[in-house]
Amino acid sequence: MDIVTLSRLQFALTTLYHWLFVPLTLGLGWFVAFMQTRYYQTKDETWRRQAKFWGKLFLINFAIGVVTGIVQEFQFGMNWSEYSRYVGDIFGAPLAIEALLAFFMESTFLGIWVFGEGKVPEKVHLASIWLVALGSNFSALWILLANGWMQHPVGYVINEANGRAELVNFFALIGNPKGWLFFWHTISDGLAMAAFMILAVSAYHLFRKQNVDFFKRSFNMAAVVGLVATALVFLGGHTMGQYMYENQPMKFASIEAHWETSQPASFSILTIGDLTGKREVWSIRVPTILSFLACNNFDCEVKGVYDLQAEAEKQYGPGDYIPLMVVTYWAFRTMMTFGFMMIGTAAFFVWANLRGDITQAKWMKWVPWLLVMPYLANASGWILTEMGRQPWIVYGLLKVQDGISPNLTTVDLLISLIGYTVVYGSLGVAMVKLMKKYAIAGPDGALHESVDVEHEGGFGEVLPIGAQD
Amino acid sequence: MSYEFLQTLWFILIAVLWIGFFFLEGFDFGVGMLLPFLGKKDEERRAIINTIGPVWDGNEVWLITAGGATFAAFPEWYATMFSGFYLALFLLVIGLILRGISFEYRSKDPNPIWRNRFDWMIVIGSFLPSILLGTAFANLVRGIPINADKIYTGNLFTLLNPFGLIGGVTMVSVFLLHGANFLTLKLDGDLRERARTLSKKLYIGAAIMVVLLAITTYIYTDISTKIGINPGIMPIASVVVLLVTIYFINNQMEGWAFVSTGVHIILTQVAFFTLMFPRVMVSSTNPAYSLTIYNASSSQYTLTVMSVIALIFVPIVLAYQGWTYYMFRKRITTDKHTLVY
Repeated sequence: MDIVTLSRLQFALTTLYHWLFVPLTLGLGWFVAFMQTRYYQTKDETWRRQAKFWGKLFLINFAIGVVTGIVQEFQFGMNWSEYSRYVGDIFGAPLAIEALLAFFMESTFLGIWVFGEGKVPEKVHLASIWLVALGSNFSALWILLANGWMQHPVGYVINEANGRAELVNFFALIGNPKGWLFFWHTISDGLAMAAFMILAVSAYHLFRKQNVDFFKRSFNMAAVVGLVATALVFLGGHTMGQYMYENQPMKFASIEAHWETSQPASFSILTIGDLTGKREVWSIRVPTILSFLACNNFDCEVKGVYDLQAEAEKQYGPGDYIPLMVVTYWAFRTMMTFGFMMIGTAAFFVWANLRGDITQAKWMKWVPWLLVMPYLANASGWILTEMGRQPWIVYGLLKVQDGISPNLTTVDLLISLIGYTVVYGSLGVAMVKLMKKYAIAGPDGALHESVDVEHEGGFGEVLPIGAQD
Repeated sequence: MSYEFLQTLWFILIAVLWIGFFFLEGFDFGVGMLLPFLGKKDEERRAIINTIGPVWDGNEVWLITAGGATFAAFPEWYATMFSGFYLALFLLVIGLILRGISFEYRSKDPNPIWRNRFDWMIVIGSFLPSILLGTAFANLVRGIPINADKIYTGNLFTLLNPFGLIGGVTMVSVFLLHGANFLTLKLDGDLRERARTLSKKLYIGAAIMVVLLAITTYIYTDISTKIGINPGIMPIASVVVLLVTIYFINNQMEGWAFVSTGVHIILTQVAFFTLMFPRVMVSSTNPAYSLTIYNASSSQYTLTVMSVIALIFVPIVLAYQGWTYYMFRKRITTDKHTLVY
């Protein structure tokens, strides 16, 4: 494989892996902060146990998000040095601000939250978990403003002397609607992710009639938050679609397999393309719906892939400007399917809860499996966002193949790609093992930060959780 | 503010971030490398990890911010250095990943095999960044092959030259001593005494390496032509401060011992950045191809915006991080009920 493909593969791997853990961090922090606040106000011991239990899962997940984030900060320079030279004047700023404003805040106050209980005043301890939640969401804002600029460059000029993009309006950069729409979509998605984690774990225990009062409280709270959050995700996504229709029409057309310009435009429910991905073989379509998605009325014109390709060739010269449609089209449908299912199930849980005692419900057994939905929706959402921008690394300005580090060899990239895969894979195993263990152990197992062990002569002997103290 | 002033200001700011990182993570890395050698029982190891538990993550952000600030203020420097040192940085990142995860995960499962495995990952994860950054910094000042397009033309083995390796080993040995001094200051009882004994032994290695590095700097870098035979007060002070550390260690002046290895690290970095200035990467191919703060920087507008932001937020960050150290100033014992990690 060539360097461009390997670099892209590695970016996709490291970024998607990082993104498996980030949404839960973003959302669960708010839940834990809320629980601890309720304990602070009411001194109700259950709230303290809630904060401890979900806080423990939060920490296990947080750690892996943080360490995989280091790669994110460094790999622009490591693997995309020409990109970094070209956009550094603009793109570097939000990244530096993210580190200065958000990373310091979340890491420092996380230390205070974990180690400070009983050592710092209770108010400070409470404030620190809020600052952790705020810090992680703040970091999302800055990285999304950076990504928003790659999707929809604003506030820049091309410096003819050195051939790079330079910032002329910082407020355009931080006011980029694309970035703020991403932010809306992402933080509500974080809450939805956390809600489904809480629903899944709670259901596991409710089905087994363990700690029923404790998990009923968690379940009900997560159902309500989950419904509101998924609705916000949907509204944000719909607005993003309309903004995309204006600013990235090719991405819009490609995720919808919309080949020919039409007015009004029909929505594809199922399209089968040929092997090149550039011709339609067969499809089922609903009239006028795509026009509605693009501009909220049933009659506007939506440009098709072929016309947009012709326009792009006229503007940027010969080349292939169509994203890999089999990916964008199916990633979009995966995201939508699971997104709608999340709204539906959250609504069902809220309704069921109003109707009667959910702890007796037979369907509780299956709820833990719903946890796959947010993970698949999250991953496919980013796949379509990034793949839909192809062949551009900065939309309309710089192509992906022109952004790589020219000094790297195939061997360099194979070493790092295999290395990341092995390390990330093993960490994932350890993480899932701990998450499962603490989730299943329930609130009593989570009361202490660590578990004790007798080191001498204890090798090979595995103590069950809760056997200590 | 003039363009030149801003470029100098950001050179200083990035130098400060690196200096802060080496001072703070210097003892974190030292503590990590010493973990299984000082801590024989499980609660001893836990106590050792708990000395840096609340702060190691915040300390590491100094490195992340140095990277981000370099990207924002000197994109060409960021691009050339990070792509040039590709495999070295890959190993560094892997080290940081293993180490960070291990702190958080090792005590969450009682299985001794699990714990031992993570303890060794802490050792490796602390050793790799230390030796790699020492090697990288020595190479930055020695000069590495960079062509007219600001692209690095060497590979990983180009960096593994004698001077580079001396830089790497020196950084490891100084961090070990700095870590041992920190542990003597933070631990209590038997562990504290053992840390002190260890510190005396580690002093010998660190002293030899620092003197060796100081001498070889004359051979491998352009210090004699750039600054002259008399290197100035900073490098001399840096070596002297390290050499007198043994006095503090022997007289059980734990605070001073830690301060003196810390001051040594700071002065060494100040000397390094003074020798570099105004260059940020020295080209061994042709001195004219060197990256400087003038040909590697962002536009005046970006530097102005970033200066305003840094001026507001750097003091805030320093305040709350300093306050954290004050909060967690007490010594750590092996009493299980007080241990967190």
